[in-house]
Amino acid sequence: MSFPWANHYAPKHPLMKWIDDRLPLPRLVYNAVGAGYPVPRNLNYFWNFGVLSGAALAIQIVTGIVLAMHYAANGLVAFDSVEHIMRDVNSGWMLRYAHANGASFFFIVVYLHIFRGLFYGSYKAPREMVWLLGLVIFLLMMATAFMGYVLPWGQMSFWGAKVITGLFGAIPVVGTPIQTWLLGGFAPDNAALNRFFSLHYLLPFVIAGVIILHIWALHIPGSSNPTGIDVKGPQDTVPFHPYYTAKDGFGLGVFLILYCAVLFFAPNAMGHPDNYIAANPLSTPAHIVPEWYFWPFYAILRAFTVDFILPAKLWGVIAMFGSIILLFFLPWLDKSPVRSGNYRPAFKKFFWLLVIDVLILGYCGGSPAEEPYVMISQLAAAYYFAHFLIILPIVSRMERPLPLPNSITEAVLEKHGNAAA
Amino acid sequence: MVRPIAFLAGLGFVFVLLFSLVTGAVAYISEPPAKTAEHEFHLHPKEVSFASDGPLGKFDRQQLQRGFQVYKEVCSACHSLHQVAFRDLKDLGFTDAEVKAIAKNWATEVPSINPETGEPATRKGTPADKIPAPYANEVAARAANNNALPPDLSLMAKARHDGGAYIYSLLTGYQDQPAELLKHFPDAKTPASLHYNPYFANLNLAMPPPLAADGQVTYADGTKSTVDQMAKDVSAFLIWTAEPKLEKRHATGIAVLGFLLIATILAYLSYRNIWAGIKH
Ligand code: HEC
Ligand code: HEM
Repeated sequence: MSFPWANHYAPKHPLMKWIDDRLPLPRLVYNAVGAGYPVPRNLNYFWNFGVLSGAALAIQIVTGIVLAMHYAANGLVAFDSVEHIMRDVNSGWMLRYAHANGASFFFIVVYLHIFRGLFYGSYKAPREMVWLLGLVIFLLMMATAFMGYVLPWGQMSFWGAKVITGLFGAIPVVGTPIQTWLLGGFAPDNAALNRFFSLHYLLPFVIAGVIILHIWALHIPGSSNPTGIDVKGPQDTVPFHPYYTAKDGFGLGVFLILYCAVLFFAPNAMGHPDNYIAANPLSTPAHIVPEWYFWPFYAILRAFTVDFILPAKLWGVIAMFGSIILLFFLPWLDKSPVRSGNYRPAFKKFFWLLVIDVLILGYCGGSPAEEPYVMISQLAAAYYFAHFLIILPIVSRMERPLPLPNSITEAVLEKHGNAAA
Repeated sequence: MVRPIAFLAGLGFVFVLLFSLVTGAVAYISEPPAKTAEHEFHLHPKEVSFASDGPLGKFDRQQLQRGFQVYKEVCSACHSLHQVAFRDLKDLGFTDAEVKAIAKNWATEVPSINPETGEPATRKGTPADKIPAPYANEVAARAANNNALPPDLSLMAKARHDGGAYIYSLLTGYQDQPAELLKHFPDAKTPASLHYNPYFANLNLAMPPPLAADGQVTYADGTKSTVDQMAKDVSAFLIWTAEPKLEKRHATGIAVLGFLLIATILAYLSYRNIWAGIKH
């Protein structure tokens, strides 16, 4: 940790000392999430979502491993094996609903986590690496969730897999061979189902590994904060434990309440009814839609309807991947020296416009590919790209930021309207 | 370097999107998409309530038994219920002996082999068996139904939006094709082999009205078997077959939420307590 006033680990119990001398794991934990990690005292609740993402990953891994004990990755029996879990495995219905809704809640908290970073400029120096690793996690999450959704082998599983792998078919020349290679056949079948299961089991552990790097990179400069200004001294921070462990504990409680309310009382609200119909390659569903957390990207994919030099489908594929890839360049697109959106009046307006824009894209992505949804998604997708690639670079150059407080402590005291520390 | 390239890429995407938008808008105005009969005449499911609705919902066992009777005496002629085993029927309040009798007397027998010759054969059902399907395979099912396939009903209540209400509406929704429809969409006349039903996605359904007359089944508990009552009962039964663990889920949910509420209040108080001296 880079702050000189960070607490140092001093084992209290002889056993801990014995372990720490031989394997400094207690020290590592103390410095990473214990009293040895000083954190700005002014974090708001948006800083809870990192820990909540970790909790969601843990829930997915635990429920997923037990589900895998009862699931059969074979096209002939996969659908029925899931129903077997729902009906005959003890508490199997709870495991399955916990895992399916856990994926949705994972995306909810990660999206809030990402938008927190966008608003407070967390992607800027010196936290670029934290941001980049976060995006790697996000891509891995999307791959994991996509393959997981294929496993129950319902209608949307099958047709979703077909549409998404079909995107690779848009690549000129090598597209079709790549698609066939990915699927192990010309259409999703047993080979695809098996490899998706294998990878779906593997990737969460890769994610766990990248999260370790993400947090490691975070702990070099330490957490940012709602003012976006740097920590100046010990008075600006509190030790992670007990202060933020307590706050995260409360946040976790609220998260679990919302999650369990859905899990137990509306477990299918975020799913698609067609996935309760067994996969049938001969019957195409009326509207093929992915899970809700992919809707904004799906809308971008479908917004390109005209061949212009490249085929429309290829444009859609490039734009869909581009919409995520461009986030990797964000630290170098937004050059404003001020991090927090609270002190950037113009940026702040565009930020909220982006939030609304992404919600509109999501709505259109979940709707059938008909007018007016296509036209609306064309406008919304245009704003999405314009926002990051054109508006942000210009705004960051033109804008006059508001005066920043001198220190975190000053900002805190000002908020409380008195001078005593 | 990053910013000029980004700027160009941004302009490129925006240009192609707006080009698509204009092309689409022109096409939309010059050739507005034709209205379809499905679009104009399809109806959302009727309002109907079941005992299992809501966070505290429980099944009405009497109703489930009646619904099972409707399935057994009417629907099971065409529709399988392939996820449900006879033993599961104990959930409806049947005794072991009753379940055994139901299994043994089921209209279709369970596929099996002759223990002496190894030839395909059938045998009487037992509680451990899944409810046997009415047809041996899809070809047989289609052959008997004008080439339409009666789908398995086990998960029907979850495989349609608002499933319970949808099944009820479908069963009670058969009617003559409205004159309005034929006036505006003369091509959309229901073919002779199909039946008009505005609750079905494409309005014309291959299933003949299965519940056609009051008194089609005779309920053991004396309830009057109107078409409406039978439709409601069989819908309730199919909500159960789709989600047999619903009551357990609701009960567990209440306990879990109660626990989490208390734990979260305690976590909040300890958070306030720890931060008491610190302005933030
Ligand atoms: C004579 C055979 C027959 C009987 C008896 C019958 N059905 Fe059907 N059912 C069908 C056929 C055939 C279809 C397929 C219709 C289509 O796809 O057009 C069907 C479809 C359905 C559907 C699916 C509609 C959809 O959204 O796809 C439901 C629900 C249904 N039946 C419920 C019932 C119930 C409940 C009963 C008993 C009260 C019943 N059926 C009795 C033949 C039958
Ligand atoms: C599996 C998913 C993820 C987990 C478990 C995770 C975990 C964490 C944790 C525990 C923190 C510290 C607490 C906090 O600031 O909230 C953090 C910080 C951060 N994360 Fe993530 N993260 C995940 C995904 C992402 C993604 C997808 C992004 C962005 C694309 C991202 C960007 C960041 C940034 C920029 C920070 C530093 C915030 C700051 O201090 O200002 N994370 N992450």
